[in-house]
Amino acid sequence: MPERKIRVMVAKPGLDGHDRGARVLARCFRDAGFEVVYTGCHQTPEQIAAAAIQEDVDLVGLSCLSGAHRLLFPRVVELLREKGASDITVIGGGIIPEQDFSLLYDSGIKAIFTPGASLDSIVEWIKTNIKPH
Amino acid sequence: MYFSKEMQEASLKLTKKWTDEVKKALKNNPDQKEHFSTVSDTNIKRLYTPEDIKDINFAEDIGVPGEFPYLRGNQVTGYRGRHWTFRMFSGMGSAQDTNHRWHMLLREGQTGLSTAFDFPTLMGYDSDSPKALGEVGKCGVAIDTLEDFLALMEGIPLDEVTTSMTINPPATVLWAMYCAAADIRGVPLTKIGGTIQNDMLKEFIAQKTFMCPPEPSVKLISDTVEFGTKFVPRWNTVSISGYHIREAGSTAVQELAFTIRDGIEYVEDVVRRKKLSVDDFAPRRSFFFNSHIDFFEEICKLRAARRMWAKIMRDRFHAKNPRSLWMRFHTQTAGSSLAAQQPYNNVVRTTVEGLAAVLGGTQSLHTNSLDEVFCLPSEHAAEIALRTQQILAEETGVSNTIDPLAGSYFIETLTNEIEEAAWDYIHKIDDMGGMIAAIEKGFPQMEIAESAYKFQRQLETSEKIMVGVNKYSTNNQHSIPLLEIDEKIGGEQIKRLKDVRRKRDSRAAKKSLDNIKNACKKGENVMPHCIDAVKNLATLQEICDIYREVYGEYRDPGLY
Amino acid sequence: MDATIKKICGGDVRLASRLIRDIEDKIPEAKAKIKKLYAYTGKSFIIGITGAPGAGKSTLTDALITELRKKNKTIGVLAVDPTSPFTGGAILGDRIRMQRHAEDPGVFVRSLATRGALGGLSQAAGDAIHVMEAMGKDIIIVETVGIGQQEIDIINHAHSVVVVLVPGMGDEIQTMKAGLMEIADVFVVNKANRAGAKQLQMELTSMLNLSSKAAAGWRPPIVMIGDAFEPATFAENTAELAQKIEEHHIYLQQSGKLTERMHRKAMAEINDALSACLLEPVLSSLAGSGELESFAEKIRNRKADPYSVAEEITQKFFKKQGKK
Repeated sequence: MPERKIRVMVAKPGLDGHDRGARVLARCFRDAGFEVVYTGCHQTPEQIAAAAIQEDVDLVGLSCLSGAHRLLFPRVVELLREKGASDITVIGGGIIPEQDFSLLYDSGIKAIFTPGASLDSIVEWIKTNIKPH
Repeated sequence: MYFSKEMQEASLKLTKKWTDEVKKALKNNPDQKEHFSTVSDTNIKRLYTPEDIKDINFAEDIGVPGEFPYLRGNQVTGYRGRHWTFRMFSGMGSAQDTNHRWHMLLREGQTGLSTAFDFPTLMGYDSDSPKALGEVGKCGVAIDTLEDFLALMEGIPLDEVTTSMTINPPATVLWAMYCAAADIRGVPLTKIGGTIQNDMLKEFIAQKTFMCPPEPSVKLISDTVEFGTKFVPRWNTVSISGYHIREAGSTAVQELAFTIRDGIEYVEDVVRRKKLSVDDFAPRRSFFFNSHIDFFEEICKLRAARRMWAKIMRDRFHAKNPRSLWMRFHTQTAGSSLAAQQPYNNVVRTTVEGLAAVLGGTQSLHTNSLDEVFCLPSEHAAEIALRTQQILAEETGVSNTIDPLAGSYFIETLTNEIEEAAWDYIHKIDDMGGMIAAIEKGFPQMEIAESAYKFQRQLETSEKIMVGVNKYSTNNQHSIPLLEIDEKIGGEQIKRLKDVRRKRDSRAAKKSLDNIKNACKKGENVMPHCIDAVKNLATLQEICDIYREVYGEYRDPGLY
Repeated sequence: MDATIKKICGGDVRLASRLIRDIEDKIPEAKAKIKKLYAYTGKSFIIGITGAPGAGKSTLTDALITELRKKNKTIGVLAVDPTSPFTGGAILGDRIRMQRHAEDPGVFVRSLATRGALGGLSQAAGDAIHVMEAMGKDIIIVETVGIGQQEIDIINHAHSVVVVLVPGMGDEIQTMKAGLMEIADVFVVNKANRAGAKQLQMELTSMLNLSSKAAAGWRPPIVMIGDAFEPATFAENTAELAQKIEEHHIYLQQSGKLTERMHRKAMAEINDALSACLLEPVLSSLAGSGELESFAEKIRNRKADPYSVAEEITQKFFKKQGKK
C-alpha cells in the first residue's frame, strides 16, 4: 500500500545555540509520525537549503532566537527557490516580534510560531497544510 | 529536632488526628488534581511536620551563617551590612550604545556591570565573518578589537565598579582586552575586579556556544585561573553556571547536580594541570544559578548548593581556607518562565523569582525585564526590573534577618531531598569517569532533553499551568514598546573593524598571534600572549581561529 | 532515455532524492524507474559501515568523506536510522555529523528510516544505492546500526564492510562472532584512547587467528581510531582507515573476489526483488484485510500450524492472481 510519509527538517540557522525548542519539536514531530531530519545548531542558510533538497523534505522548520531571523529566514526561502525547490514549505519559530511578521510572510515564510504556541497546534498546521510531494 | 520523647508522641498523635480529618474531608471535597509537584515534578506532601526533620542535627546540618556547612550563607552579617549586588545583564548594538546604557544603570543605583555580547563575539567570529550575517549587535554588544572594548569602558571607573562578562569560548580574549584596557588607563591589574563566565562544560551540556572540544576548552579555562591567581587576584575567572542548564529545560535537581559536577571538573583540572593547591584559587570560584518560578524549590536548591559545595571542598579536595568552602553565586530569574502572552505578568513572575533568590541567599541578582521574551530589554523595562530588586531590598523587609525560612519542616525536608537527588547524579557522573566523559556519552544532554520534553507535554495537557499561555488566555494582548536594534549597526561595525585592520601595525599583530599559536602548541599559558595580541589590535576572530586550528573545532552532536 | 533518468544520471539531486523517496514510500512507478536506471549502475565502490548505536559511525563517515574528497572522489552517503515502532515517526540524526559537507556538490547525503515491520528496508536501501550509482558517485557509504538481520541484509549490498567497535560495550564480541564477524573486511576499534581498547584489539586478533576467512587471503586489519576530540590524531587515524579500505578494494579487484562480492550483491538484489514482488504484496494485503492477525491468532491458539497457513495463503494468493 503506497503511503507518503511526511518528511520534515528542523534546522537552526545562525549562531545561537538555544535549541531547547528545536529539540522538543523534533521529538514531537517524530511522535506525530513524521520522519524528521534534524541538522543541529549553527547552520548556514546554504547548508540548510542543500540538506533540505538532499533529504527531499516537505517542510523546513527554522528556529532562531537571536534576532537574526530577518536576514536568515528569507535567505533559506530564496536559496530553495534558486535551486528549483520552492515547493518545500518553510515555516519559522523563535523570538520573532510581530512587526517582523509581514517581512517574513512577504519573503515566503508560510507560518510563524512564537513562544507559547502549543506543540499540537504546530503539528495540526503541518497536517492541514502539507501535502507530501 | 525533638527535644523530648513526650513532645514527639504528642506531635505524632496530633498528626494522626489530622490525617484522619483529611480522609474525611476528601470524601466531600476532593483535591483539584491528583498529585501536587514542583515545576520540576518533585512530589510535594500536603503537610510537613517535625517528624520530617527529626533526624536533622542543627549544629551539623543547618548551623549558622559563616560556618560550615554554610547552608545559611557565607556572610556572618547577612544582608544587613550590604545588599546583594544589583547586577543587570545588558549590552546591545555598538560599544557606544552599551556604554550609554551602563551609565544610565549606574546613575539609577545599579552596583555592578554585566555584559551581554552579540553572537558573533560569543562564538569567536568578527563582525564581517559570513557566519555573522544578521547577528551583529543583535543580542548584545559587538566587540571585534580592543578599540571597541575601550569605547565600551569609556568613563567607567575600572578600579571601582566590578564587571561581569558573559563570555565563554573566547573568554581569554575578552578578559585580555579588559586587562589591556586597565593597563592603558593606568589601573593596576591587582585593582580590577569582576567575573568572566568562562564555563565551557555547560556550553556542551546546554547552551551550545562552543568552539573547541571539551578537553582543550578546559585547558584554556585553567590558563585563566592560573593567570588570575597570580596577577589579577580580585577576578572570578570561572562562573560555574547552572542558569543555562535550567533554561535548556532541566529540572532544579539536574541544574544543581550538573553545575556542581562541572565545578568539580574545573577544580580537578587546575590542580592536575597547573599544580596549584585548591586554597590558592578556590576562593575565587563563583557560581551562577537560575531562579525559576517554583518558589520553595528554588530557595531549597540554593541553600542545598552552598552546603554541597562546602562538603565537596572540605571532603573531596581537603581545602583548609574557609573561603574555599564558600559557594558564592549570582542568580538570574528564569527567562524560560516568562511568557510572550500578556507580558506585563512577567513583572510578577520576576518578582517572585527574585524573592526566592534573595531568600536563598544570593550574592548578586539579575531580574529579567518584562520584554526579555521578545528582545533585549528596553530602557523602561530594564528600569522596572532594577526597581523590583530595590523594592525587595529596601521595602519588603525580607533582608532584615538571615535565612528566615530555616527550620521550616518543609524547607529543610525539601532542601535535603534536592541535595540527595543531586548527589545521586554526581555519583553517577563520577562513575562515568567525570563530566567530560559524561558529555561525550551525551548523558547530561539527554537527561535535560527528557525533562524539557516532559515539561512541554505537561503544558500541553495542562498538568502544568502558565497563566496567559495555557490558561486564562485572552485575545486582548498587552502591547508593549520593544527595543529595536538598527540594522545599520552591522555595517557600521564592519567599517570600524576594517579601519582598525588598515591602520594597525600588521607585523606586530601577526607576530603576537604567532606567539599565541606557539603557546597553544606547547601547552603554555596563553593569557600573557593574548594581552599582547589585543594591544597590537589583533581581532577576536584572529585569535579564536588559532584555537580552532590547533585544538580543533567542536560541532553540535545534535542529541535530541 | 527517459528525461528523468537522464537528469538523475547527470547528477540531479532534486530528482534523485525524490526517486529515493518514491522507493521508500513504495510508489509503484518507482520500480519502473529503477528498471530503466539499472543499466547505468554498477560502477561505484560501495562501503558498508556498521556497529552498535553510539559507536561513532557517523563521525567516522564524516571523517571518511573528508579523506575521500581530498582525492576528488564524489560520494553518496546513505544513513539508516530506526523508525519508532510506537509512532511510525523517526528522528534522522546521523546527518548532523556530516552537515559540514552539505554545501559540497560532490557529496550527497540521504537519510533513510527503517520503517515498518513488514520488511523492504534492504530493498529500499539497495535501490537508493542504485540511484546514487546512476548519479555517478564514485563511492557510496552505507551507514547502519548493525544488530539485526535487516541490517546485515543491507550490508550485503556493500563491497567492503567496516565493522566499528568501541571498548566497554561488554559482551558485544560474543554476539558479534555469530553475525557481523563473518562479514567484516575492516575492523575499527573506535575511541581507542579509552580503557579496554587494547583488550578489545587483542580479542579481535585472537579471533581472527582462528578465522578461516583470514587464512584465505585477506586478513581484516584492525584500525585503532583515537578520540574525535583530538583533531590531529583523529585525522591521521581516519586517513589510515581510508587507506585500509582502499587496500581491500584493490585486493578484491586483484584476487578476483570482487566478482564474488558482485555476485553476493546480485543475490541480495534478487532476494529483495522477489520479496518486494511476491512476499510484500501478500503480507500487506493480508495485513490490510486483517487476515494476517487472524492467522497469527489461529497459530497462537494451536488451531493451525504455520505450514498449513502458508499453503492456504499461497493457494489463495495464486487463485486471486489467476482470476485477474
